[in-house]
Amino acid sequence: MPALVFRPFLALGVAPQRQGRAVPAGAGARSARAADQPLGPRDARRFRDLMLPQMDAAYGFARFLTRDPVAAEDLVQDAYLKAYRAFAGFRGGDAKAWLFAVVRSTFLMDVRRGGLEVVADDAEAVADPADTPETQLMRRSGDAAVRAAVEALPDPFREAIVLRELEEMSYREIAEITAAPIGTVMSRLARARSLLAAALGVEART
Amino acid sequence: MTACPEKDPMLQALLDGELDAANAIAIEQHLKTCAGCAAQYAALQAVRDRLAEAELASPAPEHLRSRIVAMLDNEDRRSAPAPRRPWWAGVAAAWSATGAMAAVAAALFVFELAPTANLLEAQLMDAHLRSLQPGHLIDVATSDRHVVRPWFNGRIDYAPPVPDLVAKGFPLVGGRLDYADGRPVAALVYRHGAHVINLFVLRDRGASLPRPSHAPPGYAVLHWRDGGLDYWAISDVEDGQIRAFKTAFEAAS
Repeated sequence: MPALVFRPFLALGVAPQRQGRAVPAGAGARSARAADQPLGPRDARRFRDLMLPQMDAAYGFARFLTRDPVAAEDLVQDAYLKAYRAFAGFRGGDAKAWLFAVVRSTFLMDVRRGGLEVVADDAEAVADPADTPETQLMRRSGDAAVRAAVEALPDPFREAIVLRELEEMSYREIAEITAAPIGTVMSRLARARSLLAAALGVEART
Repeated sequence: MTACPEKDPMLQALLDGELDAANAIAIEQHLKTCAGCAAQYAALQAVRDRLAEAELASPAPEHLRSRIVAMLDNEDRRSAPAPRRPWWAGVAAAWSATGAMAAVAAALFVFELAPTANLLEAQLMDAHLRSLQPGHLIDVATSDRHVVRPWFNGRIDYAPPVPDLVAKGFPLVGGRLDYADGRPVAALVYRHGAHVINLFVLRDRGASLPRPSHAPPGYAVLHWRDGGLDYWAISDVEDGQIRAFKTAFEAAS
């Protein structure tokens, strides 16, 4: 059995208590409509100061939502426009979580409208029809294999694990962004991890 | 799976640093004595490590950043000089500015008579002529279709395709919001040489096609439908040119 190495923060076992989040429950969509009013120059500047630094993170999140780099660009741009127009409804709090909620709600709206072509990553499958998804995954090395495994997760599991592992968000933040109870977030993370363990060949050996 | 499935949520929460001290100590004690849970916990950590080692973060491409900044600049310009008017102010302004034709339209609108396609054509022709007055042509001035497309977002409830037709000799110069047929209408503005082509895009309401067109002499009007949208291209280019525009537009959208 491998020796267990506990990370210091885990060994301490103190849950980071982050409080006072002001993410609009469920996402920006609702507040977007309520607060669509022109921004004064000060708010417009504040929007840029707060939101432009989040663009890398928002794009990373969008890539995992859309599973397509180009669709992710459109999604991020649409989300910034929506966020800008809804910014009067932003009551402070975590700018990134607020923006992420807008990105997510924009994505869901696109999907519902059918306007978003989610392109399956099947370029390689075409190249070699004998490939099964599994052998494809094996052949791809390192980063690409991990990315493919994450992208293969169903939506609710994928967004939960991306917010947790890439953005290191707390259960509470993930629950607020995805408009789900914390218990649901936990079970989605557990499911995502078990699917990833299987896809990446990580086994619990006793 | 774990030897103790009921412990799995605790393992997850321990991994995520979400346990309070008492629960964390309890589960760590358990891990020392339960090989099954210890292995499961190691597997969870291995998954986390694989994710952390892979370069999964992808920075936003530079062109996306400049697109978004350009879009925000444009939004700032729109809201800065005068606060956005309520929709009916735009209607009122359009009516007062366009004289008799608009008055007819207003009367029809008030009495909820659906305008016929010919009346719509007349309204759009009016809008085209008005757009040629100084300062009326474009609300969003850019040849970047990635700026024009989202600009309409939230102003109208449909998304007109905005192809770039510069290679075909019809460069995009911007977009505008007009008002006709009792509703906001997207106008895409293209140029052909010194001529302006207004392409009005409406939601298709199945109005009958005008035959023949009542366009004034020297003006070309082309109407077509595609994918639930109603397209009206109006310009003072020659008939052949406006058909070439339609062909290019359809091929690119």
